[in-house]
Amino acid sequence: MSAKTADKIATAVIVTLAGFIVLILAGLLGFILVRGLGHISFDFLTSPPETIKEGGGIGPQLFNSLFLLVLTLLITIPLGLGAGIYMSEYAKPGKVTDFIRLIVEVLSSFPSIVVGLFGLLVFVNVFGFGFSLFSGALALTVFNLPLMVRITEQGLNSVPIAQKEASLALGLSKWKTIRSIMLPIAMPIILTGTILAAGRVFGEAAALLFTAGMSSPRLDFTDWNPFSPMSPLNPFRPAETLAVHIWKINSEGLAPDAPEIAAGASAVLIITVLAFNLLARWLGRVMHKKFTATK
Amino acid sequence: MARTGRRQKPKQHLIEEWTGKIFTSLCIVFLVVTIFSIVYFVATKGLSTFLKDGISFAEIFGSKEWKPDGEPPLFGALPFIIGSFSTSLLAALISAPLGICAALFMIEIMPKIGRKYLQPVIELLAGIPSVVYGFVGLSVVVPFYRDVFPGQGLGIAAGATVLSIMILPTITSIATDALAALPSGLKEGSYALGATRWQTLYRTVLPTTLPALMTGVVLGMARAFGEALAVQMVIGNAPHIPGSLFESTSTLTSVITLSMGNTVMGTMQNNVLWTLALILMMMTFVFVFVVRWLEGRANR
Repeated sequence: MSAKTADKIATAVIVTLAGFIVLILAGLLGFILVRGLGHISFDFLTSPPETIKEGGGIGPQLFNSLFLLVLTLLITIPLGLGAGIYMSEYAKPGKVTDFIRLIVEVLSSFPSIVVGLFGLLVFVNVFGFGFSLFSGALALTVFNLPLMVRITEQGLNSVPIAQKEASLALGLSKWKTIRSIMLPIAMPIILTGTILAAGRVFGEAAALLFTAGMSSPRLDFTDWNPFSPMSPLNPFRPAETLAVHIWKINSEGLAPDAPEIAAGASAVLIITVLAFNLLARWLGRVMHKKFTATK
Repeated sequence: MARTGRRQKPKQHLIEEWTGKIFTSLCIVFLVVTIFSIVYFVATKGLSTFLKDGISFAEIFGSKEWKPDGEPPLFGALPFIIGSFSTSLLAALISAPLGICAALFMIEIMPKIGRKYLQPVIELLAGIPSVVYGFVGLSVVVPFYRDVFPGQGLGIAAGATVLSIMILPTITSIATDALAALPSGLKEGSYALGATRWQTLYRTVLPTTLPALMTGVVLGMARAFGEALAVQMVIGNAPHIPGSLFESTSTLTSVITLSMGNTVMGTMQNNVLWTLALILMMMTFVFVFVVRWLEGRANR
């Protein structure tokens, strides 16, 4: 076989496989949307699930997922920003910094189920938060922290050094420089990364099985007192999220329309994650334009 | 007025400086404490199987019998260890050529189309939640295998298929970075000698980037090894070593997922599950170690 023929064959194979990947995604999205969209209605999105009857919805689960997302971001963002700033601006190259880098790397490769078990042991049992949104948020924080640290570091490293030096030369303190000069410039990258991380939190389930729990109490959506046990806003109540719900009805669903509910809920999950993705891209582009003065 | 203001300046400066330093250091301390407590808690729980319950190392790692409710209870974890390794290895074997081809397509063959269409597609694959993969696996992959091959369709083949799509983004993005970082002189030299594109890729580009490509494959495998729910949904969850790829079996993660809620903290059954979690954690360390070693080779 001549070298030219081999080149052509190899190119054809690579192009075919790349096309195959696009087909897989198209098939995946198509399957989920075609199977699920028909089942989505206002009623499905707002009504509570049924255990053995037909026609249950995903209202509480959807609310729990969003609420858990907010709680997690409230804890993750300050911690992740702080640790990222330290790694980018304060850490001096050396053994200790290398060690912290190794730790971030290990933490980011821990299986989420191991983080979930840790949460079960420490947040649920030792600290006594029980199966609750709060335990779930803490477990997801552990799980997301390395990502947040890396995003912040990346964002800060992209700031032109002249801008930092100019600020320091004007006599501003280092912290002030970081806070009011560097962070705003790094914001597009950090924000985009955070939204992508949020999409991941939304779909995460393994770490939540053992921390936020697999059941939801009957929620009273007229009770907005965060301390009452029936209130949707109470962070210390158990909460089943959308992703956990999909897993549960697939493995032990008793409702006769369980496959349809799973399809509908999967479609809702996918659409939300896609929306997060598009939002991140759009926001990244808009902010990049705004801050770099390119028209 | 102006004088006092000027005298207070340095002090405020120092306060600002220290708030920043203390706050960020605390965040780092929190991170370090977290990881050490994870290791500590999982290790003490996981080791109590051997230390407190007196189950031998050989039973966990060597025996094929898993009967936690039996009389006497038997805790052979070998089927799960084999299940975990075979699914993640097979997933990496399916996904590695696909991911590397996708990267070659994006960097070397059609960069414009690749960046515009293929890259967003692969990023979207990364964003799809694992339970959705499990759901699709259960409603498409498993019935397909059931119709085409003998058996129930649930098993290692179904698990590996689902996992291979899940880890595709990991492998592709790392391979893309590695190919993009290659100095262009290398390729130009090869072309100047009259080599075709495929000869250049096969003889020059791939061997040079091999350690980096392997890093991606190992990271993908690590992800597959730790993935719990998608695998649990399609693997069948039978506690024995399967005779074929299409027979029901279990992995370390699927056993933990299913059994943890049904056991009481502190009992022997529960401790053994923590031992499985400890094995998972140790494997994470092994994967990180291998990745570091490969990265060291890639930078040489």
